[in-house]
Amino acid sequence: MIQGSLRRIGAVLVKEFLQLRRDRPTLTMMIMVPIIQLILFGYAINTDPKHLPTTVLIRDTSLFSRTLMAGLKNTDYFSIDYETASEREAYERLQKGLTQFVITIPENFSRDLVRGDRPAVLLEADATDPTASSGALASLSGVVDGVIWKDLTGALGHLKNQSAPFVIEAHKLYNPEGFSHYNIVPGLMGVVLMMTGVMMTALALTKERERGTMENLLAMPIHPIEVMAGKIAPYMAIGYVQAIIILSAAHVLFNVPVLGNLLWLSVALLIFIVCNLALGFTVSTGAKNQMQAIQLSLIVFLPSVLLSGFMFPFRGMPEWAQTIGSMLPATYFIRIVRGVLLKGSSFVELLPNLWPLALFTLLSTALTMKVYRRTLD
Amino acid sequence: MTDAVTVHRLSKIYGRRRVVDGIDLTIPKGKIYGFLGPNGSGKTTTIRMICGLLKPDEGSGTCLGFDLLTQAEEIKKRVGYMTQRFSYWEDLTVRENLFFVADMFGVKNKRARIENVLESFGLHVYENHLAGTLSGGWKQRLALAACSVHDPDLLLLDEPTAGVDPQARREFWDVIHRLAESGITVLVSTHYMDEAERCHEVIYISYGRIVVQGTTDDVIAQAHLTTWRVEGKDVMSIKEKLKGHPAVTTLAPFGDALHISGSDARALEAALAPFRKTVGLTWTKEPSSLEDAFIYYMQRQDRQEG
Repeated sequence: MIQGSLRRIGAVLVKEFLQLRRDRPTLTMMIMVPIIQLILFGYAINTDPKHLPTTVLIRDTSLFSRTLMAGLKNTDYFSIDYETASEREAYERLQKGLTQFVITIPENFSRDLVRGDRPAVLLEADATDPTASSGALASLSGVVDGVIWKDLTGALGHLKNQSAPFVIEAHKLYNPEGFSHYNIVPGLMGVVLMMTGVMMTALALTKERERGTMENLLAMPIHPIEVMAGKIAPYMAIGYVQAIIILSAAHVLFNVPVLGNLLWLSVALLIFIVCNLALGFTVSTGAKNQMQAIQLSLIVFLPSVLLSGFMFPFRGMPEWAQTIGSMLPATYFIRIVRGVLLKGSSFVELLPNLWPLALFTLLSTALTMKVYRRTLD
Repeated sequence: MTDAVTVHRLSKIYGRRRVVDGIDLTIPKGKIYGFLGPNGSGKTTTIRMICGLLKPDEGSGTCLGFDLLTQAEEIKKRVGYMTQRFSYWEDLTVRENLFFVADMFGVKNKRARIENVLESFGLHVYENHLAGTLSGGWKQRLALAACSVHDPDLLLLDEPTAGVDPQARREFWDVIHRLAESGITVLVSTHYMDEAERCHEVIYISYGRIVVQGTTDDVIAQAHLTTWRVEGKDVMSIKEKLKGHPAVTTLAPFGDALHISGSDARALEAALAPFRKTVGLTWTKEPSSLEDAFIYYMQRQDRQEG
């Protein structure tokens, strides 16, 4: 019984591999898509731009404000190309996109600093493209601690013992949620796997229906679960290859770290791939031909691109979008990849995202079993 | 058990249309049965119900001793079904297709069996060709080979020779007869009269119902047709004048000759009387053909369903 089942699964698997091997364009696409996407997202869009135009609104000219500006320049992120005393002018520049940042050095900055009142320097960033300023904003803390220190000598020496003598308050305008450039790799992994997984299985099955071979397959004594297992296996292998391509390219090209255990990542990968393939199976049962299969796959696939936290920061989305987002397997997968790569999360820390992913996979597999028809009815 | 297939009041309903409407059918073992009827008469649907691909909505039946409604999986193991449209994998080679099928059915001594099949169907020449590159005739041959790899007890062939040249068709039928001699039962649907004549019995269905069933001689005899053959110049004008005459069922030109059939011999003679006097025409009474009979049945059915 089991032996017969394995034999049939094996036969379907061999058949799929043979067909895939002869379908060069598809095979090429599945290898090239992750590479192209990674290069496009990674290179064409510089995620950590430097020397960003900065306007300084000076309300207090003093030694300290000069030192502060020099310190900002030294981070390489800020290029102070405009100084003005007019608030209106400064904001106009920001509004028009002439400058990325407006730094306001308040009145009585040096007096308050000397008094130990810890004055606040306001830094406002144009965060319409959050990635553009995130690097610069991250460098700010170093400026506060490192730069002013050397001016605090003699009578002002006691200020060193306190916490920072002044603070920089960073405000992101237009888009409050930041976006780390490392996000691209986990997100891309989720999106690429989802796209190829759902679409390829959907196509593999509708192809059978379109060419009339489905009728033949249905007339043979093979259980749907065996068809599914045999059909899924090659795409699982392809999914792993894609993941390895993305990971190694990200590591080599963008120095994306791998802080956590790759074992958990490969477990999550397995679950996610099966989930996508099962979704693809389900999609195929609703499609009459390959064209419809592609369109339906896109419908399944688009929310995952937009709402999973890949395109837009999850917490920056309105509540209804977050609700939809939390019903997408890609959302959890992306968080797991982020956790493993960037946060070095342990298994226990990954669990809150692993179980929903596993649940989705179970549900989509069950759904597939239910909608896959054993007869032509 | 002597019958390969027995079905009783078998029906398939799509929406409000009864595609198959209460078919009773018995096919004895080792016989070749021809399934005839116009396009859309329910032939394919009936075949699909017999091999477990479609669930009947009404009626009951057995195929090779297994219940159509509950034992579809057992039936699938023992039946070879050749679909109307070529349904093997065009991006697999002939050999790969046969191996796949053999694995699906768990054929014992797979390699030897496939060698044997390649040999007996003459497919060795093309064994490493992709199925998609074969010509129509060779595709049909591959399909027949593939659906008999597992040594089925019943072959269901749905218009297997559509679009195949006469030579390939003849060879195809030789193989079918050879298989039947070895004890396999065959149900084959076709539009070709010469193929129908090669069957032990034919079943003619229309609008999902069996109209007539029996040997070809029976089927012709049951139509009670009289057929006249008229030869000579300007027979086509006779055709124009007789078109739609109630006594005439079929008017078929054969080169310079015209075949005229009617179910009422007297009425037909009366209808022909005005033309009998025309000089230069030779009239002969002919035995009616299977085709005449089928056209008669088809028209009668159309009138009733009208």
